[in-house]
Amino acid sequence: MDQVTQHNDQQAQRKAAMAVLAHAEAGEIAARLRNLSLPDHQDLRTPENGLVMLRGRVGGDGAPFNLGEATVSRAAVRLASGEVGFGYTLGRDGEKARLIALCDALVQSRDFGGAVERDVIAPLREQLMVRRKQAAAVTAATKVDFYTMVRGEG
Amino acid sequence: MYVAVKGGERAIENAHRLLAHKRRGDQSVAEITLDQISEQLGLAVDRVMSEGSLYDRELAALAIKQARGDLIEAIFLVRAFRATLPRFGASEPVDTGAMRVQRRVSATFKDIPGGQILGPTFDYTHRLLDPSLAEGFVPERPAAAEASTAPTPRVTDILGRDGLIESSPEAEDGASVGDLTREPLNFPADRDLRLQNLARGDEGFLLAMGYSTQRGYGRNHPFVGEIRFGEVEVDFVAEDVGFAVPLGAIELTECQMVNQFKGSATEAPCFTRGYGLAFGQSERKTMSMALVDRALRARELGEEALAPAQDEEFVMSHSDNVQATGFVEHLKLPHYVDFQSELGLLRKLRQEFSKAFADANTQDAMKEAAE
Repeated sequence: MDQVTQHNDQQAQRKAAMAVLAHAEAGEIAARLRNLSLPDHQDLRTPENGLVMLRGRVGGDGAPFNLGEATVSRAAVRLASGEVGFGYTLGRDGEKARLIALCDALVQSRDFGGAVERDVIAPLREQLMVRRKQAAAVTAATKVDFYTMVRGEG
Repeated sequence: MYVAVKGGERAIENAHRLLAHKRRGDQSVAEITLDQISEQLGLAVDRVMSEGSLYDRELAALAIKQARGDLIEAIFLVRAFRATLPRFGASEPVDTGAMRVQRRVSATFKDIPGGQILGPTFDYTHRLLDPSLAEGFVPERPAAAEASTAPTPRVTDILGRDGLIESSPEAEDGASVGDLTREPLNFPADRDLRLQNLARGDEGFLLAMGYSTQRGYGRNHPFVGEIRFGEVEVDFVAEDVGFAVPLGAIELTECQMVNQFKGSATEAPCFTRGYGLAFGQSERKTMSMALVDRALRARELGEEALAPAQDEEFVMSHSDNVQATGFVEHLKLPHYVDFQSELGLLRKLRQEFSKAFADANTQDAMKEAAE
């Protein structure tokens, strides 16, 4: 595998992990991480709260416009082995941003990448999918079934 | 004019203490929690997030609690809070077509791909007060059904395929996205700024403006092409990370209004459109927004702009309830010096009037006596 492909693969994997972690609570991530014996790491950027301007598109698919801001927390963590992980999440939970950054660093680590996927990301993804499936099911029950009344003699 | 006046410090301090006491209310009644506000007064939270222009349920709930349920005061608090945080940047535009819909209805097509999904709605309720809700009500578990995996494309995209509706305006190459929180507003304003203004505009104001178009003041013959509410994912290109980072999901309501068609010698007639988008479940807001967005396109579409809803300077200058309440409510703050000078002027004018009146009477009397 050439380097570019490898880089893209890892980027896709990091994004996929972040997409799951952003939906979990800090406590849930911390509880899963306790199953791993974590390598030494340090805060590269202590958690910081700020704003991101959220954008929509005119008509849903046209030119972008500014809809309004959202609070976002971010952090960065470096493993003793050198991998740098970033954590970004909606809201103001700095601890959650730090945990996401730690997971992101672990995902990139040759020694811990597999374990963090198996023990942290995969179970949280499973849980997220169950929650989404339940939400989809109660929504589906409110779908309208049209039928036509038979008028006249028929 | 304002002049520093000493005195009143103790009165102000005690008034705020009294306010805190009143806010808490009868202390034998349990205190309301932020979770309770967020969970049970969710639509108030949605409104405060939309018009406060800040997506953060917990902060909006706190603002509602602090403002004693006065939503405009709560919106004011949220706006003031956002000024305390640095901005990391702007998100990628959200894709409402990929929304995990919790509600999606069209008033124009019965059979849309993905179906009509009512979701949690007040529509078709009888609007009768329900005494059973007063206390201890436990709702039935929601019904569940097999969810379809079919996509739910936007209705306007379906119409667009046949060219029956105008397409959304594309961004011009290299054009920056206007931001009225950063640059002062100039007129005429482009559609991006208009939509930003409407998205944070007062729901009541937009409702009245939208309603006025329906009653004939700038009529544009609207149909609800689609309203959808649900979750969309937010991505943010963080420079330190080097790719678009998923931040999580937000709830949005989108309204696609389909309006009267136009055509010309060179263009086949097609429907026009108005657009509404807001945080949370904000249907009335997004419908009103879409009506007003369409009305404000009068000039662009070669329509006569005579009604208030078609006047962008009028609409955009008066839609913001924080600005509006600031200017209206400042009237109750001390204007003693202003008023004293008005009073002085008025007294002088009255004196002059009395003197002139008395002089005229004396002259009349003298004239009569002479006759």
